[in-house]
Amino acid sequence: MNDPVVAKRPAGSGDPGAARGVAAAPTASEAPIPPTPAAPETTKAPHVRPGDRIFRGLATGSGVFIVVLIGAIGLFLILQAIPSLGLDQINFLTSREWNTTDPANLRFGILDLLLVTVIVSILALLIAMPIALGIALFLTQYAPRNLARPFAYVVDLLAAVPSIVFGLWGLFVLGPVLFPFSEWLIDNLGWFPLFAKGNVNVQLGGTIFTAGIVVAVMILPIITAVSREVFDRTPRMHIEGAIALGATKWEVVRTTVLPFGKAGYVSASMLGLGRALGETIAVMIILSTTTASFGWSLFDGGATFASKIALAAPEFNDTRSAGAYIAAGLVLFVLTFVVNAIARSIVAGHKEYE
Amino acid sequence: MAKRLDIKDLNLFYGKFHAVENVSLAVPPRNVTAFIGPSGCGKSTVLRSLNRMHEVAPGARVEGKVLLDGEDIYASTVDPVEVRRTIGMVFQRPNPFPTMSIRDNVVAGLKLAGVKNKRELDEVAERSLRGANLWNEVKDRLDRPGGSLSGGQQQRLCIARAIAVQPDVLLMDEPCSALDPISTLAIEDLITELKKDYTIVIVTHNMQQAARVSDQTAFFNLLGVGQPGQLIEADDTEKIFSNPGQKATEDYISGRFG
Repeated sequence: MNDPVVAKRPAGSGDPGAARGVAAAPTASEAPIPPTPAAPETTKAPHVRPGDRIFRGLATGSGVFIVVLIGAIGLFLILQAIPSLGLDQINFLTSREWNTTDPANLRFGILDLLLVTVIVSILALLIAMPIALGIALFLTQYAPRNLARPFAYVVDLLAAVPSIVFGLWGLFVLGPVLFPFSEWLIDNLGWFPLFAKGNVNVQLGGTIFTAGIVVAVMILPIITAVSREVFDRTPRMHIEGAIALGATKWEVVRTTVLPFGKAGYVSASMLGLGRALGETIAVMIILSTTTASFGWSLFDGGATFASKIALAAPEFNDTRSAGAYIAAGLVLFVLTFVVNAIARSIVAGHKEYE
Repeated sequence: MAKRLDIKDLNLFYGKFHAVENVSLAVPPRNVTAFIGPSGCGKSTVLRSLNRMHEVAPGARVEGKVLLDGEDIYASTVDPVEVRRTIGMVFQRPNPFPTMSIRDNVVAGLKLAGVKNKRELDEVAERSLRGANLWNEVKDRLDRPGGSLSGGQQQRLCIARAIAVQPDVLLMDEPCSALDPISTLAIEDLITELKKDYTIVIVTHNMQQAARVSDQTAFFNLLGVGQPGQLIEADDTEKIFSNPGQKATEDYISGRFG
């Protein structure tokens, strides 16, 4: 067990067997007040002032509200989707066809939507993660203080650019710029499925490749901002410990900042991934739609869940057609949940630091 | 390995603030020198200037010389990273790297210096942990994280980490101030053993500790708020505590201070 003299760590932080996370937090914060933290409110609680009651009510209410809200959204999606799913003439999960123009003969499957959504998001994440890591390390470890602040502000400003602007930029500016490079990839690495000739005209630039890069720029600020905050909290004493051992700047980053910030960086990236999965307008503007199915190439067009739903707004007057899109939205909802769950498990695995 | 340190006309600054003024002091090898004095008198600042940690703080500046066996560690040709590899430091609060195992913590300095041979690293880890009187307590759990140890053990782990690179000088910045009396005793015993091989400089607020472990004591003081700290006197520990040369030293040691 820990030395009782050193009170700065919560009890049991070093025991790998001790329950961490949920169990550790209440014992650490409430330990000094009630002797048995298991049932704090039913036992006689001395000295509860009105402020305590009001604040506790507000905090509990907010907590309950958000859980109920998410539950209600899930319930809404399920209830609206079920009738249409029953009318679906083909397999919802494994089919690539999407035809909801005739409500009497609904044929919709999400496989292509799922694949395009995931590929665009992963491409965006692969591009954004290393860049965000670099920016966050630069801002917290390398940049002089008086430069770091305005620079961080500029990066945050990227998040304030409306996504419609990113979409137009991607389609009219980035797409044409990328064309020679895309063509070179197709000509020289076309044997590799990801770089094969796609199902849309690559000259127009409305490819998964373009969309992925634009979404990468869009999720860059959130990943950078969260990582920056985490890296900035690396304990000074650990940094000095490394410096005193004769570590260079990079070695200090490697031995203290990165291990400390790893979990936060992964969470930040998953936040970014969550945004990428749900990104709508920019992707809708950029991606060329096509009736051909997705062929695993970055130079394919197509639609993501969100862009498909946004494009279909005119069909929503019929509840059966609309239900098909709500079913797609439900899958996106679940997908985001799964991503978050994975992120949490990764973070929980790296808890040694707290 | 132990080398002598000669501090010559050292002036230390934080930005425009003149923190320490005109310190000159000889630190003999295989000897424990204690820095005592009230808070804010600059003794930790002087200590941190001895392995070029002072300049890590933004705006910090050094004037004067610190000679390690005659060679100025502030010469323009000297790389501060190299200085820190030969002059080890132990901090006030134990700071093992929490994600590293006990063994990796001990050999962290060697790994930074480029040693990769696993057998050599294992040997050094054992030798250093034995040197820090920690081997028997941790030999069965070298793969556990450094943060799993108690505070006193963590501090000895930090000492093991500092001596693993066989430094010329070992600096200790109030190494016992976060520890209980038993752990403090363990560290003090360790200091007495380590001085056979190392030159040790220790900052302490505990005058009994200075009297117990050190051979030479330097008393720092400041004349007033906003004034730079000064070295009032330095002499054999026995003399400082029995018959100090300066009135201020006597007042401080006997508790009639302020």
